[in-house]
Amino acid sequence: MTELSNPIPTQPPRSQWLDVWDQFKSHRGALMGGILFLLIVATVYLGPFVWDIEATHIDIRSRNQGPSWAHPFGTDQLGRDMLARMMAGGATSVSVGLTAMLLALFLGSFIGVLAGFFKRLDGPLMRLTDLFLALPLLPLLLVMMLLFREPLNATFGPEQGIFILIVASIGITSWMPTARIVRGDVLAIKEREFVMAARSIGTPDSKLISRHILPNVLSPIMVSATLGIATAIITESSLSFLGLGFPPDFPTWGRLLFDATDYLQQYPERVFWPGMAISLTVLSVNYLGDGLRDALDPRIRGR
Amino acid sequence: MLTFTIRRLILSVPTLLFISLMIFLLLELAPGDPMAQVPLTVPPEVKEKMREALGLGEPMHIRFWKWIVQFFWIEPQVLIDHYFGTTFSEGSLRVISWQTRSPVMDIVIQRMPQTLWVVGTAYVVAILIALPIGIYSAYRQYSWFDQLGTFVSMVGFSVPPFFSGVLVIVIFSVQLGWFPSIYDTTHVVDSWESFVKQLQQMIMPVMVLALQITAQLSRFMRASMLDNLNQDYVRTARAKGLSEYVVVMVHVLRNSMIPVVTVIALGIPSIFGGAIITEQVFKVNGIGQLLIGAIQANDLPMVQTLTFIFAVLIVLFNLIADVLYGILDPRIRYD
Repeated sequence: MTELSNPIPTQPPRSQWLDVWDQFKSHRGALMGGILFLLIVATVYLGPFVWDIEATHIDIRSRNQGPSWAHPFGTDQLGRDMLARMMAGGATSVSVGLTAMLLALFLGSFIGVLAGFFKRLDGPLMRLTDLFLALPLLPLLLVMMLLFREPLNATFGPEQGIFILIVASIGITSWMPTARIVRGDVLAIKEREFVMAARSIGTPDSKLISRHILPNVLSPIMVSATLGIATAIITESSLSFLGLGFPPDFPTWGRLLFDATDYLQQYPERVFWPGMAISLTVLSVNYLGDGLRDALDPRIRGR
Repeated sequence: MLTFTIRRLILSVPTLLFISLMIFLLLELAPGDPMAQVPLTVPPEVKEKMREALGLGEPMHIRFWKWIVQFFWIEPQVLIDHYFGTTFSEGSLRVISWQTRSPVMDIVIQRMPQTLWVVGTAYVVAILIALPIGIYSAYRQYSWFDQLGTFVSMVGFSVPPFFSGVLVIVIFSVQLGWFPSIYDTTHVVDSWESFVKQLQQMIMPVMVLALQITAQLSRFMRASMLDNLNQDYVRTARAKGLSEYVVVMVHVLRNSMIPVVTVIALGIPSIFGGAIITEQVFKVNGIGQLLIGAIQANDLPMVQTLTFIFAVLIVLFNLIADVLYGILDPRIRYD
């Protein structure tokens, strides 16, 4: 018996995700964006436990105050603490962004996989996607806000109702890019040998999709997820800014900005905080997506 | 090419019909009542008459058919009458706004110039800025200029217009007092002073819109230039001894412009409809503000017509972009 030339590998095998992480780390903007995004999310969700002033607590005597130790961001025209309102608003905005993104992602991947995998469904589903892309989205969103606000408010209560409405309408109007990208990738992967091998041993379609196709289209899905958060947050803020989003006593960043424009002359800094929060969140998410795209692309990785 | 265009044109008819049906059905669900503003002293039977006068008494499919006829048959006749002084459309009912009781298209025509001026200027300015930035940052990839360009366009992507708009208002009209914060649409340009005033009130909305469009276009230009700069024909051109200027500005640029031109074409519908938020911030009474006002006032014919016009523009410019792509890039053949 001759000895094997290389009996034991000297280095442990590296998983794919370790490579991705290495590439991601080397993209400084993406790393900073990711850290900033996590920081913002942590602040808006965990902040209220530390800063325990109620966002809706009215203290009319200390209204319109500038920044102080008691109120680091000042107070608004009803004496409500701006820091607490920013955190409460951020929690809503980020929740809307995450949930709407998940919905759009689910719809987009579902339609994309179906269209890519089943040839019969490809034509109709892609025509549907084209049709949705041809719709004027912002006007339609505004119309949907107007139409379904009252029935949903009556069923789920004013806050739950509007949350469901905004998440659903953003989700329904932003799944198309994901569907197109996923379809393209599925079409390419479907023809590869490993899929044929899996099919030849009798793997049913459902397992073929969940075991072999989906893990391979994960990277475009993840990239469109990050970009989806950004668009969802901006869309929600735009709706709130146009006065068709959440009700006035329920702060979101867009709503806070909208309320602050009335006091633009006297207290311009009030506009600054929510606007800055929206912009920073979206900027960090965009950088995160940029880095993820590079990290998940094996052609760029390792260079 | 021609057959492709014709086929796409024919295909866009059912698409548009379907879109109009979808918008109509969505609006059908509207809970609002156009008679809500009428005083309570008006007796119910008069109210019923008024409702019928607005065409509300009939079933859904008849109203949809009526809208289709009014929009596609009567409105073009009105246009022809307007230009040639004929009387085709006399006596036929046009699409009437519930808010003002005047024809929807007349109001749209009134509002169009403001939108076209502000948003159109922004688009042109953005193209003029974005193309050089994109070309230079691709040519000097990873230089400080490129890094700066990347950062600025990321900011342009990320800062929503309702924040950048308010921010420039705070800086330039509240603090510095240079420009008016509200766009005065009644302003008539007839002398040099009034022209300067017009420029002053246009600067801020144009700035805000142009930042956004520049961010997208310069990224596209850069990516497209980068795709071409490493190709073999560029090396050949350099090897032939052509000057660097000719290589980049003639050989590479012409090929890189193909996708950029189509992106520019795809963005044109947003000139008409997309700047809703910017118009709202600067109080420009253009198409976007008209739509918001109509939505808030429950003016369904207006909302239906405006949304449909936007849809037509999107479908049309999608088609134009596809055709342009085929004309500019001889490798693409649709037939």
